[in-house]
Amino acid sequence: MLNRVKRRKLIDNIFKNIVFLCTMFGVVILVVLMFDILRKGLGWINLNFLTHFPSRFPKKAGLASAIVGTSWIITLTALIAFPLGVGTALYLEEYANKTTKFFKILELNIANLAGVPSIVYGMLGLSVFVQMLGFGRSILSGAFTLALLILPVVIVSAQEAIKAVPNSAKEGAYALGMTKWQMIKCVVLPYAMPGMLTGSILALSRAAGEAAPLIVVGAAAYVPFFPKNIFDIFTVMPIQIYNWTSRPQEDFQYIAAAGIIVLMILLLSANGLAIYLRNKYQQDI
Amino acid sequence: MSKDTVKKRAYFMDKLIRYMLVIFSLISIITTILIVFTLFGESFVFFKEVSIKEFLTGTLWSPVIKPQKFGVLPLLVGSLLIAIISGIISIPIGLGSAIYLSEYSSDKLRKILKPILEILAGIPSIVYGFFALTFITPLFRRIIPNLEIFNALSAGIAVGIMTIPMVASLSEDAMRAVPNAMREGAYGLGSTTFEVSTKVVIPAALSGIVSSFILAISRAIGETMIVAIAAGANPSLNFNPLKTIQTMTGFMVNVSLGDIPHGSIEYRTLFAVGALLFIMTFIMNIIAKVVINRYREEY
Repeated sequence: MLNRVKRRKLIDNIFKNIVFLCTMFGVVILVVLMFDILRKGLGWINLNFLTHFPSRFPKKAGLASAIVGTSWIITLTALIAFPLGVGTALYLEEYANKTTKFFKILELNIANLAGVPSIVYGMLGLSVFVQMLGFGRSILSGAFTLALLILPVVIVSAQEAIKAVPNSAKEGAYALGMTKWQMIKCVVLPYAMPGMLTGSILALSRAAGEAAPLIVVGAAAYVPFFPKNIFDIFTVMPIQIYNWTSRPQEDFQYIAAAGIIVLMILLLSANGLAIYLRNKYQQDI
Repeated sequence: MSKDTVKKRAYFMDKLIRYMLVIFSLISIITTILIVFTLFGESFVFFKEVSIKEFLTGTLWSPVIKPQKFGVLPLLVGSLLIAIISGIISIPIGLGSAIYLSEYSSDKLRKILKPILEILAGIPSIVYGFFALTFITPLFRRIIPNLEIFNALSAGIAVGIMTIPMVASLSEDAMRAVPNAMREGAYGLGSTTFEVSTKVVIPAALSGIVSSFILAISRAIGETMIVAIAAGANPSLNFNPLKTIQTMTGFMVNVSLGDIPHGSIEYRTLFAVGALLFIMTFIMNIIAKVVINRYREEY
């Protein structure tokens, strides 16, 4: 009898160690990945790297046009996706009758869109924005494509933020005789804004790391100038990094690693900002 | 301005905004319709020139170089190979992490470990691709000398690492939704945590766990940049993970990098492969949803 208990405790202990190792696997990989990329790329980051255009010569190659391109794309994507996403979320949470078929189709549709591979959005962008609407291989086409890609995430996170607004505050606004829109403007939006911003920043940081849809839309890897307006061709950091990775010369691998470091700093600070916003405003409410 | 006009304007605004928001929410439906129309529209033209049978059963894929062959099986096998290798990594490790976080870990430790796994999920796939090509492959080549520089093994492992957080967090959500009373009942009978996890919590959360597996596989099939960087561009019908392969997504990137004239057969090939990819991931996502809804136990 005692032996059985001992054996079961032993199994439990072994199992605990196995699942602990599973969890640590992710942590260890993260550390190895970060360390490996820092080791390869850190020595190549300098002012020249950040201010030069791409080049055939590793020592002269820089990330300048990709940094500017990513800034254009992300700004424009935010301007398109944020109002659309928040608007849709407001409709779903505040206006729509949740028992109608239309509402159910909308929700199901948004959930399905979230699972569509990003490269398929690239095909959509290629045929609709590049060809049909005639925007060409431009910043505008890229931004619309990425905006549609992150729209489901923006909508769902905005919905969560709106759901968290206390009912008593809404009813107070109605009691003062406000229309629904006045109530949304004065109560829902100010309350839910930090949550909406947090979700949108996270979605945008995902968009900033995307390469596949933009390659399909036709972003170039070699853009030796700064885009002047939204109809110019462009490149972004992930595509520039991809281009460097796929070159045979070894030096370009180090440059790719340097590019990854810059990209990761950008994404991690965006995530940090989102977490900061969440923590700061969560306490106030 | 009289009181009435103020009121009227407020009501007018209210109505206007309402219609505007309806239009905004229609955009997401229009997106779906456009995806379906563009993919299947171009594919329809493609299948006038290439029969569906040739496309789905042909074993040679050479859409750009003559003689052109349009058998998609090599690409399909490539994608499946990546999905299988990634699943071998992500499913056990993801589930193990979920069990640890949900059943064993203290709250304090979980608050540290979960954000770390979230960082892993937030790393762009291009970075994993770089990691697979410049770290995993050279490491494995020391042990397996005949491993090709571009290979399915490293790419699949990197895809698996990327999908671990997805399996872990969805499974953990499902396991944490199991009511504590059930655990306490089992503990009260003298069970160990191992027994509680495997005999009570996992069976109760099975629908959520299985659906997380399906979603991870679907994500692996749609994953693009990792395979484009690390798996190579050689569409050959083989199941050997040590060799260079090409997946559906890898082909799509490769073709897009070149300059393909709009309306050419190569251009339509892109959409035909895209349509196949879309159908496969769509079906898997639906299955995941059905599993979680139909087999969920209500407490």
